[in-house]
Amino acid sequence: MSTTTKPDTSETSSPSNRITGSEAVVRCLLEEGVDLVFGYPGGAIMPVYDELYKYSDQIHHVLVRHEQGATHAAQGYARSSGRVGACIATSGPGATNLITGIADAMIDSTPMVCITGQVPKHLLGSDAFQETDVMGITIPVTKWSFQITEASEIPEVFAKAFYVAKSGRPGPVVIDITKNAQFGELDYQYERCEVVKTYVSRPDVGRNELQEAADLINSAERPYILFGQGVILSEAEAELKALVEKAGIPAAWTIMGLSAMDTDHSLNVGMLGMHGNYGPNVMINECDVMIAIGMRFDDRVTGNLEKFAKQAKVIHVEIDRAEIDKNVKTDVALVGDAKEVLSLLTPLVNENSHEAWHQKFKECDAMEFDKVIQNECSPTEGMMTMGEVIKNLNQHTKGEAIIVTDVGQHQMVACRYAEFKQTKSNITSGGLGTMGFGLPAAIGAKLGAPERQVIAVVGDGGIQMTIEELGVILQTDVHVKIVLLNNEFLGMVRQWQQLFFDKRYSATEMVNPDFQKIAEAYKIESKRIDDRADLDQSLQDMLDHDGAYFLEVMVGKENNVFPMVPSGAGVSEIRLE
Amino acid sequence: MPQQITIAVFSENKAGLLHRVTTSFTRRKINIESLTASQSEVPGIHRYTIVVEITPEDADKLVHALEKQVDIQKAFWYSNDEIIYREIALYKIRAEAMTDGSPALEVVDRHHARILSVEEHFTVIQKTGRREATTQLFEELEPYGILEFVRSGRVAISRPMKELKDYLAELKVASAR
Repeated sequence: MSTTTKPDTSETSSPSNRITGSEAVVRCLLEEGVDLVFGYPGGAIMPVYDELYKYSDQIHHVLVRHEQGATHAAQGYARSSGRVGACIATSGPGATNLITGIADAMIDSTPMVCITGQVPKHLLGSDAFQETDVMGITIPVTKWSFQITEASEIPEVFAKAFYVAKSGRPGPVVIDITKNAQFGELDYQYERCEVVKTYVSRPDVGRNELQEAADLINSAERPYILFGQGVILSEAEAELKALVEKAGIPAAWTIMGLSAMDTDHSLNVGMLGMHGNYGPNVMINECDVMIAIGMRFDDRVTGNLEKFAKQAKVIHVEIDRAEIDKNVKTDVALVGDAKEVLSLLTPLVNENSHEAWHQKFKECDAMEFDKVIQNECSPTEGMMTMGEVIKNLNQHTKGEAIIVTDVGQHQMVACRYAEFKQTKSNITSGGLGTMGFGLPAAIGAKLGAPERQVIAVVGDGGIQMTIEELGVILQTDVHVKIVLLNNEFLGMVRQWQQLFFDKRYSATEMVNPDFQKIAEAYKIESKRIDDRADLDQSLQDMLDHDGAYFLEVMVGKENNVFPMVPSGAGVSEIRLE
Repeated sequence: MPQQITIAVFSENKAGLLHRVTTSFTRRKINIESLTASQSEVPGIHRYTIVVEITPEDADKLVHALEKQVDIQKAFWYSNDEIIYREIALYKIRAEAMTDGSPALEVVDRHHARILSVEEHFTVIQKTGRREATTQLFEELEPYGILEFVRSGRVAISRPMKELKDYLAELKVASAR
């Protein structure tokens, strides 16, 4: 199946081209380079599906098993490919089922365009069959949304939708199209949108602020870079590396920033946040200048804001002005695209090495290794641990795979221990923490980067929220590798119950189905292991297999993820045990 | 400290936009005390004037959250001393309470309120002013029987001299980058 060939659209824009709205929808998608959509048909979107049938040689439609799966697949596709993910659903329940993925894409800044069918214009507000107020429901969780009620509106709205979705701080856009607009006709002409006059996609960073930031960095003794997904979204990986190396600044990534830098880069000090590394958390309260790049100071990164970096001067590089001073008070705001800002900033900073300062991170690393990592990644007895699975996986992938995770303990462990050598290699639900994200996102990620190995690391809880998407693997033959880390618990909630609710395991124990039989039913090669002696070979077999694979690894039931910044505590109160 | 803050939001007039504006408030559980939608001095640009009780820090965040919305051009917030503002209130009073020389009429005079309409069964009084003034009049008319009362949202003119069209010109340059 080819998903990478861009269609020739050179002849699709001729004027006086009288076509139906539904055909216009498909041709607009082609104009935007969309050759793959995830979706599910239904009454109010049937005219568009009829056109998709006619254009099936140019647009591949992936039939998901639930509309939520379409959104997560589109997210995975967007994040592995850097393109806009597209999904289609019908009105009413089709549209409402998209909401979780839309909210996820909103908080994780994922470019996505969702097309929903709607009842005919004359029935709007009449409680017609499968009518729901899609605008009303989606406005709070979209970057932009629009309801099309006339066919003639389609080209302009689609052009704006794709521009808005991918420009600036990316995000999801919903286009709701009434059925009469799909059946109606228009004189089709497409012009790509380059500017929306009410919207600034690329703020112009202030030159004075750049110099102020450089002065702060040049005078710093203990500078510290925190970077997030903004680096990946603006493709500023090389610019980040140049700054880090020139000024000798230790750099820590947020969960969304993972893979923007090589894991083994000597100045990559690890992950921030509640289950991040010890050094990166503790040093937040030791640095004198903090340079935050393309990140938004999520509460899972900052812990208690009253105890967060109060001693530091803060430079915030961020394309979204609304993020400046939202959580952490900034001394110098560099509002702009990370790639542009960093390319202007680095020439202004002096070369430096800060050796003594790096040493402090290394001391923390040693402490974390002794107290946490050694036990988690190299146990010799008892049940297998999630950490040893990820560590072993690294040896096979050499950091070249895309790791897609669901949400929970396995996610934190995978993000802590997975190694990366390429950008766009970590796909996870960071902001919303959407269980069920992993499997469909991995499917989308594989279709967005077919040449790469894509491994879904999931838990026994999350996979059951979207396990129906195994049907996509069956029908579309997507070569995703699934590693199920099964602890027969909703492990992260159980961990909190153990630590903060006196071990009252309320509704966290899972009585699970036979996952092997499920995989078999979907004709997916599978294996279940519970002995660490089988781990290495099983991972090798999984990766060698020419096709999708489902590897279920039984891990310790009541293992905890450490380090941990307890809820409400400051980052330097991080617990190692 | 929370204080009375007036937010001015400028946008094109499009269906659904008010929902997008109010969502920025409701998701932060900020209660809207009054909201007025009207045209602005710039053709095609609509303005919302919204009164809330929040801290200046939250007002900053709210204005930036509003401004980042794709269809919103500009948003500003003002403390009360940065604006000239008024509301308009209408009071429907039973006709017999408003006869010549009645105390109610004296109240209306003293408040510099206007008699807007005299009908067979009722009279409509109009009072323009700040909230305290229209409330004071309400309280003084209440003993004579108020059949119906309505007060508009706040309308406000800002004191700073920079004009909206200048901001829009800057935005035009910035959006075309």
